This record gives sequence, structure tokens and C-alpha cells, in this order.
Amino acid sequence: MSAIGQLGATAPAPKVKAERSGRRRTAYLLLLPGGLFLLLFFVVPLVTLLAAILYRPNGSIETGFGMTWAWQNFGDAMADYARPFGRSLWYALLTTAFCLLLGYPLAYAIAIKAGRWRNLMLALVIAPFFTSFLIRTLSWKLLLSDNGFVVDFLQTVRILGPDGRLLATTAAVVTGLTYNFLPFMVLPLYASLERIDRRLIEAGGDLFAGPFTTFRTVTLPLSMPGVVAGTLLTFIPAAGDYINAQLLGTPKQRMIGNDIQRLFAAGAYPTAAALSVTLMAAIVVLVLIYVRRAGTEDLV
Amino acid sequence: MPETIPSDLVLSGISKQYGGQQAVMQLDLTVPAGKFFALLGPSGCGKTTTLRMVAGLEEPSTGSIRLGEQDITGLRPYKRPVNTVFQNYALFPHLNIFENVAFGLRRRGIKNFKPQVDEMLDLVELGAFGKRRPSQLSGGQQQRVALARALINQPQVLLLDEPLGALDLKLRRQMQIELKRIQTEVGITFVHVTHDQEEAMTMADTIAVMNGGLIEQQGSPAELYDLPATTFVANFLGQSNLIRATIIGQSDQNLVLDVHGRKVTVPLPRCRVTEGDVWMGIRPEKVFLAKAGTEQSNGVNQLRGGVVTDVSYVGVSTQYLVRLPWDQELTIFEQNTGARDALVVGDQVDLHWQPSHTFVLDAEQDALAGVEDVDDAGGAG
Repeated sequence: MSAIGQLGATAPAPKVKAERSGRRRTAYLLLLPGGLFLLLFFVVPLVTLLAAILYRPNGSIETGFGMTWAWQNFGDAMADYARPFGRSLWYALLTTAFCLLLGYPLAYAIAIKAGRWRNLMLALVIAPFFTSFLIRTLSWKLLLSDNGFVVDFLQTVRILGPDGRLLATTAAVVTGLTYNFLPFMVLPLYASLERIDRRLIEAGGDLFAGPFTTFRTVTLPLSMPGVVAGTLLTFIPAAGDYINAQLLGTPKQRMIGNDIQRLFAAGAYPTAAALSVTLMAAIVVLVLIYVRRAGTEDLV
Repeated sequence: MPETIPSDLVLSGISKQYGGQQAVMQLDLTVPAGKFFALLGPSGCGKTTTLRMVAGLEEPSTGSIRLGEQDITGLRPYKRPVNTVFQNYALFPHLNIFENVAFGLRRRGIKNFKPQVDEMLDLVELGAFGKRRPSQLSGGQQQRVALARALINQPQVLLLDEPLGALDLKLRRQMQIELKRIQTEVGITFVHVTHDQEEAMTMADTIAVMNGGLIEQQGSPAELYDLPATTFVANFLGQSNLIRATIIGQSDQNLVLDVHGRKVTVPLPRCRVTEGDVWMGIRPEKVFLAKAGTEQSNGVNQLRGGVVTDVSYVGVSTQYLVRLPWDQELTIFEQNTGARDALVVGDQVDLHWQPSHTFVLDAEQDALAGVEDVDDAGGAG
């Protein structure tokens, strides 16, 4: 009896095992193409980038660099570029704040009040993507230029002085950044607001909360996943951007992206790499702290 | 709000239009204080719209809503002494159970709300669940949280919008009894919207049957069942056999009807019309079957020449379909008392019933009104 029982119990085991390993093989096969691509075009360059920090600092493309484990490159880079570095984070923060201030009401209107206009409004939010980022920023340059009608008008009504400019100011750079990243704020906000069950808002009203209190205690907390996603999608690319500072600003407004770009172009690889990696690390740390503090895990 | 004298909820001349659609038409309704009141009707009959107008979530196109002396027609929802148990509960997913229940008290600036919340959670038997999130609770538990969240504010009127619609049948039965118990305990006026006639009959003191934006009839469950005022009520609340008849005579207490050649008497108070063509109605369990040719005592209404066409045995009772000579099939429920052998398909039978169980309705009305809705009574609406 026991022998039969044992036989019955063990006999199918190898088949199950084979099936399971077969399934696992399929999973690995599915991962393979993407994994290889990322290994080649992400991991390898990243390692190169990390290694480049420690190259001989006074090398050049012509003379070659050579690994010298020059840890001081980090310190040197940070000492020389602390200001644009801080400026980048500051501009990114301003951009995120403005995007949130402009984007939240917009997303709220589209998601909750727009009714049959909703799809059209969403299309309008996405419409700028039909034109390249670069072209759009160039048009801002034209729009804000000293001879442009905006400056003319503002000078006529004496909001700007006769020598007042819009182009080549901090305001121009932050405005450009805000404009360029606004859709990245609006879309996730829209998605999370649109998902909110309208009856929850009604329930707030039913339970003695006025419109503003209902917003503060029901709508806003429920839209936090969208706020977190939107601020991340705005802050991260804005911190690394250099197009807006280059086209709409002056060297006084230059961001760390401009310096990295310039340094790479000039062949100063170790410093450029050090700045890139520091920026990356700073963003990762900031994002981790932020996501932890926001505490939206159980809403997503 | 607490410590006020309970007052009646009075809707007068309420109507509501959406675009060109008339959702509610000239509704007059009085809900007596402290009663369990049900608004019963099929989906789209305007019952939820009516409820939402009382809650303040919709504005009536015409008419006024009063709560005792206070006119609340134009009052914003958060200023009304009325709370709602929403369909699918609408619990705040970002707050735990305790905070959900405390929400209304907090908004009204009540400082020491903890004992009240704990007490309310105990009333709905969820004392140990305060720290959980709504998503961690079963449907029945969520339902009780929704009830607690509304009741804790001691509203003058509690509105319930299909509160049991999302629960399975067994749980629904339990909650019906539970809701009735809680209502009796707290003594608050409950206005309960449902499409489930059985649910309304089980719980409500008074039922208003709505159809097409109008109230068809209002009364206690027994009154509505015993003497429906329209064919819709006759078919929507339980089942009815409606037979075409013509009024041919009248005595001081009775009307005499001609039903396809046979005379039938009906007490005057049970007749909605007193002349011309009518629907004669009789509930399936009020009709008795006898072998053809059996003589009945005087004063009993009788129809002869029936043939049994279908027999469904349901345990406590048997459901017969009997075809009458004019090709109409009647439904008859018979208790399985064992007093007589069961009939089989093809048996010749006579039908008889008490005149006091007959009712007479206007022949202008559709004899099938409200019939289809009985079939999907279990579905959501």
C-alpha cells in the first residue's frame, strides 16, 4: 500500500518540475532582448561614465586620459560648479511649483468640470508635443525677444521700463521650463483626479464639509498619487535641462546641464562625468526622501 | 442635528428635469417622523433623483422640501440635517474606519468625538476594526461603516440609496433585519430607496411605489399588497392575475362584473372604477382550485372550465398555470397542505375565491405594467 502510495506521489513530480523550469525559461527568454539592449546602451555607458570621473583630470581626447583613480575630481568639480548646480535645483523647484499651481486647477477643471469638452481640452494639453521641444523653445525666444510685440506692449503700458527685457532673465528661463514641462504635470494629475469617485466628493458635502473643506479633506488627499507623479516628472527633467537656459537665458542663468554639455564638448570628461553623476545621485536621494514623506503607497 | 424635536419631511410639488427629460413629476410626499419609509420602483423611475433632492445633491426644478418648519429646498447639502448612506457606500479610501465615522463630527467642530465614534462602531459591531482601511473590509462590513458614518451625526432624516444592492442574497436578508433593528433603536426617520419589493416590504412602515417619475400608490406594505391602486402596483408588488371584465350592475355594497360570461361580485370599496370596462385582479395565492363541477357555497366568486397547463412543485407550495376558456393563463399558488391530491397537467378545474380578495382597476391601464421589472428584482439598479 505504502509503496503504491509513494509511487503515486513521486511519479508526477519530475513532470511538474520540468514544466516549472520550462515556464521559467520562457520568462528569461522574454527578458532577454530588452535586457541585452539595456546592458549595451545603459549599463556599459553608465559604467564608463562612472569610470571617467576617476580619469587623469588634465588629459584630453588627443593625449588620452588613463585611469588614475583621481578621486579629487569630485571635489574639484563640486567646488567649481556648486553655483550652477544649486541654481539647477532651485530652478527645477520653482518650475515644479509653478507647474503645480497652474496644472492642478487645469487638471481639476478637465477631470471634474469639463463635461463634454474634456477630450478636446486633453488634446490641447498634448498638442504642443506635435512640435519639437527645441522649436517650441526657439519660438519662446522669438516671443520674448527685445523687438517682439510682447516687450513692445509691456513697454507701452509702462510695465517694463524703456530698457526692460524679458529675454535673458531668470524669469524667461523659469517660464520656458514651466511651459515645457506643464503637460507632464497636468496629465498624471488629470489621471488621478479623474479616477476619484464623484460620490466621495458628494459624501464630503453630505457630511457637513463645505466645498473647500471637501477639497482639502477628500479630493486633495485622493489626488496625491497624481501630485507625486506630476512633481517627479517635472522636477527630474527640469533639473537636468539645458535648452531653456541656453536659449532664453544668459551665462548668469546657466544650469548644470549647460556646464556638463560644454565640458563634454570641450573634452573635459572627468569633470563632466563627475557633475553628471552628482546630479543623478542628488536627484535619486531627493526623490527617495520625497516619496517616503508623501506616503501615498496605499493609494496607488 | 441633535436634541431637536423630530419633524416630518414634506415634499410638495417637486419635479426635476434633466435636459428635456422629466425625471420626477409634481411629487407630493409626506414622510412621518421616526418612520421607516421606502421609495420603491424600477430603475429610472425617479426614486434616486428624489432622494438626491432631499440630500441637496440635486436641485428641484419646481416645488419645495420642508423638514418640520424649516424650508430646506435651497440649502446646500452640508447645511442640511440629513445624511446619506450612498449606493456602494462611498467610504473615504484614504481614511481608516475610525476616521471615516468621525468625519462628520470633525467637520462640525465637535472636539471630544472619540467616545461617540467608539460607541457607534460598537452599535454596528465593528469595534475592533477602527484602524483598518475600507478596502480591508467585506461588503457587509463596509455597508455597516457607511451606516455608522451617517448615523453618528444624528440626522433628522437618514437617506439610504439602495444600501443593500451590492450584497449577496443571504447577507442582504441579515442586513434587512439589522437595519430595521437599528432604525427602531435610534428612532430616526429612514428614507430607503430600493427596486427590491421584498426588501421594501420587509423593512418599511410605509412604501411609496414610484413609476415614471410619479408616485403610483403609498401605504403600508399590507395595504399596497391587498388593494393595489394601479396595474403597475399590482404587478410590481408580488404577482397578480388581471382579467378583463365589464361592470354590469351595482348594489349598495357590491359591484357586479361580467367576466367572460360569468357574474362576479366585488365589494365597492375595492373598486377604483364603477362603470365600464375594468381589470379584475386577484392574487395567485387567494385563488382556490377544485375539480370541475364541484359546487361552491353562495357568495363565492367562481370561474369554470379551467385546464391545468403547468405544475411547478416548490416544496411549501405548488405553482399552477390554469388556462381559462378565453385562452388566458392564470397563476395560482397552492400551499402543499396535503388536503387534496395534487393536480396534474390536463386536469379540468374550477376556480373560486372570496369577493373580498378581488380588486378592480381601470381598464385604461396596461395590464403588463410592472411585470418585467419583477424578473430582475435581484439586479442592481
